[in-house]
Amino acid sequence: MPRINSATELEKLRKGILSGRDPDRPCITLCSGTACHASGSTEVAASIEEEIKKQGLSDKVDFRRTGCHGFCEKGPIIVIHPEKICYLQIEPKDVPEIVSQTIKEKKVVERLLYTDPATNEKIVHESEIPFYRNQERVVFGSNGEIDPANIEDYLALGGYSGLAKAVSQMTPEQVLEEVKKSNLRGRGGGGFPAGRKWEECRNASGDTKYVIVNADEGDPGAYMDRSLLEGNPHSVLEGLTIGAYAIGAHEGYIYVRQEYPLAVENVGIAIEQAEEYGFLGENILGSGFDFRIKVHRGAGAFVSGESSALMTAIEGKVGEPRPKYIHTAIKGVRDRPSCLNNVETWATVPLIINKGADWFAGLGTEGSKGTKIFSLVGKVNNTGLVEVPMGITLKDIIYGLGGGIPGGKKFKAVQTGGPSGGCIPEEQLDMQVDFDQLAKAGSMMGSGGMIVMDEDTCMVDVARYFLDFLSGESCGKCVPCREGIRQMLKILTNITRGEGREGDIERLEELSEVTRDASLCALGKTAANPVLSTIRYFRDEYEAHIKEKRCPAYVCKELISYYIDPEKCQGCMICFRQCPAEAIIGGKNQIHVIDQEKCTKCGTCFEVCPARFDAVRKLSGEPVPPPVAEEAREITRKSEAK
Amino acid sequence: MSQVTLEIDGTKVQAEEGMTILEAARSVGISIPTLCHHDQLEPYGACRICTVEIEGRGRTNLVAACLYPVEQGLVVRTRSERVDKTRKVLLELMLAHAPDAPEMQELAREYGADKDRFDKESSFCILCGLCVRYCAEVKKNNAVGFVDRGTRREIVFIPEIASEVCWDCKECFPLCPTEALQASFLLTRALMSPSPSGKPESEK
Repeated sequence: MPRINSATELEKLRKGILSGRDPDRPCITLCSGTACHASGSTEVAASIEEEIKKQGLSDKVDFRRTGCHGFCEKGPIIVIHPEKICYLQIEPKDVPEIVSQTIKEKKVVERLLYTDPATNEKIVHESEIPFYRNQERVVFGSNGEIDPANIEDYLALGGYSGLAKAVSQMTPEQVLEEVKKSNLRGRGGGGFPAGRKWEECRNASGDTKYVIVNADEGDPGAYMDRSLLEGNPHSVLEGLTIGAYAIGAHEGYIYVRQEYPLAVENVGIAIEQAEEYGFLGENILGSGFDFRIKVHRGAGAFVSGESSALMTAIEGKVGEPRPKYIHTAIKGVRDRPSCLNNVETWATVPLIINKGADWFAGLGTEGSKGTKIFSLVGKVNNTGLVEVPMGITLKDIIYGLGGGIPGGKKFKAVQTGGPSGGCIPEEQLDMQVDFDQLAKAGSMMGSGGMIVMDEDTCMVDVARYFLDFLSGESCGKCVPCREGIRQMLKILTNITRGEGREGDIERLEELSEVTRDASLCALGKTAANPVLSTIRYFRDEYEAHIKEKRCPAYVCKELISYYIDPEKCQGCMICFRQCPAEAIIGGKNQIHVIDQEKCTKCGTCFEVCPARFDAVRKLSGEPVPPPVAEEAREITRKSEAK
Repeated sequence: MSQVTLEIDGTKVQAEEGMTILEAARSVGISIPTLCHHDQLEPYGACRICTVEIEGRGRTNLVAACLYPVEQGLVVRTRSERVDKTRKVLLELMLAHAPDAPEMQELAREYGADKDRFDKESSFCILCGLCVRYCAEVKKNNAVGFVDRGTRREIVFIPEIASEVCWDCKECFPLCPTEALQASFLLTRALMSPSPSGKPESEK
């Protein structure tokens, strides 16, 4: 491929690609993101290739492995173009039918379509499925159209036109002004205005400056940056290059987790291709601007996602945060001005340059413009990645897109922002989601994790879980973070074990305050959020644990007991046989009794007791009733009694 | 270097740009407690006992005096209710490790810290890093370093280096605010040379 030396040449190339593509030619796209890969898309891909060959369609149909489509709950996902027929949860055995029916006969295979649980109707097109219908997929939408290893797919959709516009029609100052005007805020955590950071870095003195992609996403349950980088790596490269042009940087880093192998691979391929086409390297698009990108693979420390720690890691040292009293935009990597944004932020930049700041600022709320990708996980029907305009309510996300809570359970809370975030209760479901509202509720946007929790979740246990995570992921350098987390975790563990003491809540609050006020970096400063937000909204649960030794959600093992209701037990032996601790006393047609001394509270009996009997109960905060006397355990059935 | 004027505890202080609050305060005899600071070493900011309150850029904040650079017009309070409370809790957290360290007992008296507030921890070390940094920055030996992270972080002597350089140095000993280092060092020596004299084979 010859180098592209100007915006005009790029447009010519694009036209060439498009004219070589017949829009009516059938194309099977298969989601090959990590989640679909885990649910078997690689096997599906193999059988698609085989089937196309077998049915003699090799020159009549295209097959494309794309990035993540977002609806991970229902993966692997297939979308067939040009009709955009969407099939879900595809297995290799479905493929022959898809090819013979839909590709050859142009017939829809009904059984593979999405069924709307509300109306029981079958839905043919991806965009009409409720999960997608109310999304605004401006950043994430192309993922499903593009083979990440093929730059032509990105170019066909207008790829690199933002970069071409920036370097050929705009001065760096104008690019900067556009981003400032768009009010784009960093999507990686704190929501700092990207334009202000760029400007600070641009104005900082020094000849060598760096731009950096933070792809060290590490929040439990969050994977939007991963999916973007895996599925549409060129959008990130394009955004970064535009940023470098505005700031005056000629070197860039992509700091990506080694645990994201597909992202590492795809971004490497994308860089090679972009260099070949002249979108990276020397004299980009004939503009005279030079820019190179290096990939730096992270060694698996959560704290390295903190910007100063990430920069320390790039220098080859242990990824520990350093004080940011002087911003990293002025003194970052090797003490040089360094501008860091996360994957999603950079991927948004080409759109802003292409469509203009006013378009971007027209989306979202007063303080938070644009859209945001959230990973919607936990106790929600439709798990996956959703991109919505800022300002959408939590309710619309969880019930509208997410389809509500499975199993008829009651919603309890949604945890946003990862370990630095907080839990938001039902009363606040009408909250409009943006940077400021989430912060006001004691949580944060973070990188966009959203973990939905139902009534079976113990909020003290949730706080304990996150503090346990942080106790291993703090760098351990400063006292308030390391020791504050240590002591908070001890208190929380004691509470969940029924060893909570009067005053524990106040002790937690005091430790939270010091950890927040005195810690060196953002990890420590926000480490107490899971504790503070659960105390704020679920104080009664803390009190029940401490004062009544009761876990209202029946989660904390030390505080619950299993009990077989003698009125309901039918002596069926199912729990008796399955109890791994041999703690159930009973026999055929004998009321079963749990030996509380032997019971390990694994919950097997509760799980296996047939729903029609529903005889096993969890108890908490109350004594287990004494067992039925041995001689009274014989079960006389009504039918037998007659 | 240009001069800036800031205010520390109501006193106007002239300082050179690039100085930290701690340096500016000490230059006029205002004392701020420190545990992990050492004049010969790069500022580190781990113990946070030097936390002070600043007013600047329109807000009040707690910052580490050993790291925060002076600014024109900055207002610093080295003691306030919030500062004292923060120092008290930080001391209590560290006293769970080193309840008998004289330096910390003295600070505990000053700030009303209760050494029994939290259960005792097994390690004496508060990870101030003085030994690690002194060995790296001044001695350039790197015989002692940190391993692991979070609440599992600890200091460890690297046997191959320690056996070469530590016998005749031991300059980190007097730096340790908790005496944990001696214990740790002695343990290492004991582990490395099982002879009763505690000396390595080569010195016998």
